[in-house]
Amino acid sequence: MAMAIRVFLLLLFFLSSTNIGFSLFEDQVGLMDWHQQYIGKVKHALFHTQKTGRKRVLVSTEESVVASLDLRHGEIFWRHVLGTNDVVDGLDIALGKYVITLSSDGSILRAWNLPDGQMVWETSLQGSKTSKSILYISKNPKADKDDLILVFGKGSLHAVSGIDGEVLWRKDFAGESIEVSHIIQSTDKIYAAGFVGSSKFYVYGLNADTGKLLKDDHTILPCDTFGELLSVSGDKFVVLDKMRSKILTINIKNGEISYKQKLISDLIKDSSGQAVILPSRLPELFALRIDSHVLTIKVTNEDDLVLVDKINNAAAVSDALSISEGQHSFAFIQHEGSNIHLFVKDVNDWNGDLLKESIIIDHQRGNIEKIFINNYVRTDRSYGFRALMVMEDHSLLLVQQGEIVWTREDGLASVVDVTTSELPVEKEGVSVAKVEQNLFEWLKGHVLKLKGTLMIASPEDVVAIQALRLRSSEKSKMTRDHNGFRKLLIVLTRAGKVFALHTGDGRVVWSILLHTLRKTEVCEHPVGLNIYQWQVPHHHALDENPSILVVGRCGPSLAAPAALSFIDAYTGKELNSLRLAHTIAQVIPLPYTDSTEQRLHLIIDIDRHAYLYPRTPEAIGILQREFSNVYWYSVEADNGIVRGHALKSNCIHKIVDEYCFDFRDLWSIVFPSESEKIIATVTRKSNEVVHTQAKVMTDYDVMYKYVSNNILFVANAAPKATGEIGTATPEEAWLVIYIIDTVTGRILHRMTHHGCQGPVHAVFSENWVVYHYFNLRAHRYEISVIEVYDQSRADNKDVWKFVLGKHNLTSPISSYYRPEVTTKSQSYFFTHSVKAIEVTLTSKGITSKQLLIGTIGDQVLALDKRFLDPRRTLNPSQAEKEEGIIPLTDSLPIISQSYITHSLKVEGLRGIVTVPAKLESTSLVFAYGVDLFLTQIAPSRTYDSLTEDFSYALLLLTIVALVAAIFVTWVLSERKDLQEKWK
Amino acid sequence: MASTRSLILFLLIQLCFSVLPLSFAQSPATGSTEGYTIYGRVKIPSVGTKEYILPGKISNVKVILNGGQRVTFLRPDGYFSFHNVPAGTHLIEVAAIGYFFSPVRVDVSARHHGKIQAALTENRRGLSEFVLEPLRDEQYYEVREPFSIMSVVKSPMGLMVGFMLIVVFLMPKLMENMDPEEMRRAQEEMRNQGVPSLASLLPGAARSN
Repeated sequence: MAMAIRVFLLLLFFLSSTNIGFSLFEDQVGLMDWHQQYIGKVKHALFHTQKTGRKRVLVSTEESVVASLDLRHGEIFWRHVLGTNDVVDGLDIALGKYVITLSSDGSILRAWNLPDGQMVWETSLQGSKTSKSILYISKNPKADKDDLILVFGKGSLHAVSGIDGEVLWRKDFAGESIEVSHIIQSTDKIYAAGFVGSSKFYVYGLNADTGKLLKDDHTILPCDTFGELLSVSGDKFVVLDKMRSKILTINIKNGEISYKQKLISDLIKDSSGQAVILPSRLPELFALRIDSHVLTIKVTNEDDLVLVDKINNAAAVSDALSISEGQHSFAFIQHEGSNIHLFVKDVNDWNGDLLKESIIIDHQRGNIEKIFINNYVRTDRSYGFRALMVMEDHSLLLVQQGEIVWTREDGLASVVDVTTSELPVEKEGVSVAKVEQNLFEWLKGHVLKLKGTLMIASPEDVVAIQALRLRSSEKSKMTRDHNGFRKLLIVLTRAGKVFALHTGDGRVVWSILLHTLRKTEVCEHPVGLNIYQWQVPHHHALDENPSILVVGRCGPSLAAPAALSFIDAYTGKELNSLRLAHTIAQVIPLPYTDSTEQRLHLIIDIDRHAYLYPRTPEAIGILQREFSNVYWYSVEADNGIVRGHALKSNCIHKIVDEYCFDFRDLWSIVFPSESEKIIATVTRKSNEVVHTQAKVMTDYDVMYKYVSNNILFVANAAPKATGEIGTATPEEAWLVIYIIDTVTGRILHRMTHHGCQGPVHAVFSENWVVYHYFNLRAHRYEISVIEVYDQSRADNKDVWKFVLGKHNLTSPISSYYRPEVTTKSQSYFFTHSVKAIEVTLTSKGITSKQLLIGTIGDQVLALDKRFLDPRRTLNPSQAEKEEGIIPLTDSLPIISQSYITHSLKVEGLRGIVTVPAKLESTSLVFAYGVDLFLTQIAPSRTYDSLTEDFSYALLLLTIVALVAAIFVTWVLSERKDLQEKWK
Repeated sequence: MASTRSLILFLLIQLCFSVLPLSFAQSPATGSTEGYTIYGRVKIPSVGTKEYILPGKISNVKVILNGGQRVTFLRPDGYFSFHNVPAGTHLIEVAAIGYFFSPVRVDVSARHHGKIQAALTENRRGLSEFVLEPLRDEQYYEVREPFSIMSVVKSPMGLMVGFMLIVVFLMPKLMENMDPEEMRRAQEEMRNQGVPSLASLLPGAARSN
């Protein structure tokens, strides 16, 4: 009986579990996933606080985001992520209700409704040449009249109506080759001022209503100029000369151009550095940076320059803010150790400070790059100021009354690379009281949940249940859990900051601004390249903390000097940093670790040397042992060459460096440049585990997977068809696919898709590759799958061979053997454009796989690999159906419940990363773009654990009921026995 | 040669889609000769009982040309436009949370001054007017079944209890229907073989026997 019950229970459990998982119920949102919204580094900010009601700040960022933020909490009211090449150049408010953005090099002008972000109108501005773009909105003093929007872009000046975006008039300056840098409006005239070349200064006067050219004037300055022209007031400009030793003051009063010049050395003695005019717009003033000082210089009515003040260690200067009639103020920041001082001064009254505050800002945020100020009226009718600061790590801070009101970690909008780290192991010795408390809480929670399932919960209970689920104290703990759901996601951002995010709730555990990736005089444009797991201690080095390697370079070119940083993954402290003497072209993590579990890495430079890290004798020893087993490849996409390399010997240098090696080319594949161009390469992940080597077919035939770590997928497109869709005809487009063994350089498979073009997104896993491309003939996207099988082991399916030991399974598999491979492939239509494609990874590789497809709509779709099985046929046989082969359809299904991002968007999606959990059925998926999103998915459902929803209370109740029933039946059966005996 | 080829191509496209010649929304670009303008409209029916998109709230809908080359947004009335689009065959996609839109193949003809033909790629249906409507709503969540007795009964625990009840109350009934002679023989046999009965499994069974 008991046995029967157990079997029955087990069976039932399996039956019932088939209904669970895969998709999500609406009330499960936020249980296993989190979503964070960002905007990126702020470029322009405008406060909108005049009206009563919601106070907001409008921003445009380097991630092409236009957003409206709540000034009280920093939350997003609305946000629009524009296209990647639709860079916002100008932001302003028109008519007090529209946000105007100018983007795409001054060719697209859009108006957004201020309260809700609805686009009101969009105007495309025509022009013939590229030029810098300027957005100028003339604030009409008469409220009833339309605001005139003046845009200079594409070499012409446009006047656009603020109400409906209609272009009122257009004046083309393309013929004059003038680079307009300023637009000035006086009552009914518009002046466009700019340079032709670098010394001819032109001013054009136009009629504001018709755009008719009224007059033009020009003057030739005595010397070439440097940098931007800065407007000091309506008709005065300053600019530096080419030598950066003189300041030219240009006045265009009444259309007459006059200029004066003054040596900087007359203003300030003993200055040696290069001067730069800061772009802050201040009335009658301008700011000049020399060395670490900022000089504020007043331009008098007679165009004389008077030095007003010299500020030491100034970091940022804001634009002027008009606080009342004729009163302007501006803010600047002074650094002093970890403190920063914020000064707000009246432009005309230099002696007093309107505001002087000192704030302590976490030094991991770096310097202040930009500051925007806004004023408010205090209860005592005096002016208060709030300042919005953009930090070096791209975060955004609002400071008011000497306090940081809110911060936004907007550096996380530009994640460059991601890796993970395990959390520390839980320390033993938990107090009994805690357990009791937990047990009570646990029971209470489950009783509540039971109420929920039985639908007898009151609304308060429902709220409590939801809160309980979301809080789930377990998931945000800082220790390793049994299932491996809790990890640290370590992300490198474009600002050179490394963040550790907790996978449970997405909070920032630690963050560090790497000094090797900070902008210095030596390193003008540092870029973070990659992040690697440097040390992953388990087994014998458990007391060591894991560490992370961050690779960076000074500038985008390969020849720029490089730097390495090593960071402790638990504490976020930098352990070590190296400025390398050599360059970095490629970093190869080797599959070997030393006694402290530090992974060996080879760094290849552009001069064909390989350097070994860590630089320890032990590492050399390990590498010497494996010397002949180290292979790698390099792809030269521009030349269409793929090369294979191996280590040769120590470097022959003047200085002996035993960590430096020369390498030789083993093979090279040169693709014909007139017909093929490399557009995508993808290889298998080194940490992927393959569980089964063979695949049993429906006819009990065995196919052996060709599983190799040294396998490369290359997609080449026809040179004419490398552009966007719509630029090539099907006749001149083709796609050639190669699968290459990277040790021998042997081409295992080659296939041509005629009439197809890129972009190609591909993912390689086990023995198959899946890739997405565009079919021009059908004018639809396609996804193809290629599976590679090993034919040389195909004879091993006879049982007798195994019995007699005649199989060749034990013979070593080497890349030097000529592999006999067969491939199977199939193609399907796919509806959407794709931004990224990835595959789930599980710890043992037993669970079936799902493809994760980041669509153009910034959603992530999970698609079962079974849909991409080359064995699919139109009418599968009974046996094939039993095996789970889906009948062939021409397109892949899009099941909306299998969007793992459910109703959320990962705006600006750039990449998807999967991390296996310890629990075999589950893997963590992290999608990043402007937003971040993390969830857990179980491609074959959670067959190895109970779901979150499992009702323990109901189980307990059932057990109690069963025990009671047992006793009842016992009593009954005893009574019956007695009756039997009396008979 | 080139012109004949394009003519053939044109005919081919016509054949492929076997739809009536379409003519709408054509607009030769004013002034500039480098491209044409594609005007269109996205219509989302407001009858649907949607929670995530309020009817008429279309500020988060994006229209994407050629897989991300250009992105534009909808005006309050649902209209959108792409300017300076070169002649050729293009692809327009609509990204809207909660709705499934088919991508649209758009042919901009250079010979007919930017005449535009459009067809849905999912079902190869030609559009006589450039109005894009969702093919279907997208439901991202499973719908929770309302509470019913059946769901409790069907749950593993419910089935367990049900099975138990059957054993307790139906089995004796079955036993009763058996021939008493046979029954006695069977019981005798069982006792002789010493097969543990249910009673003997329980504590105190030894005493009762």
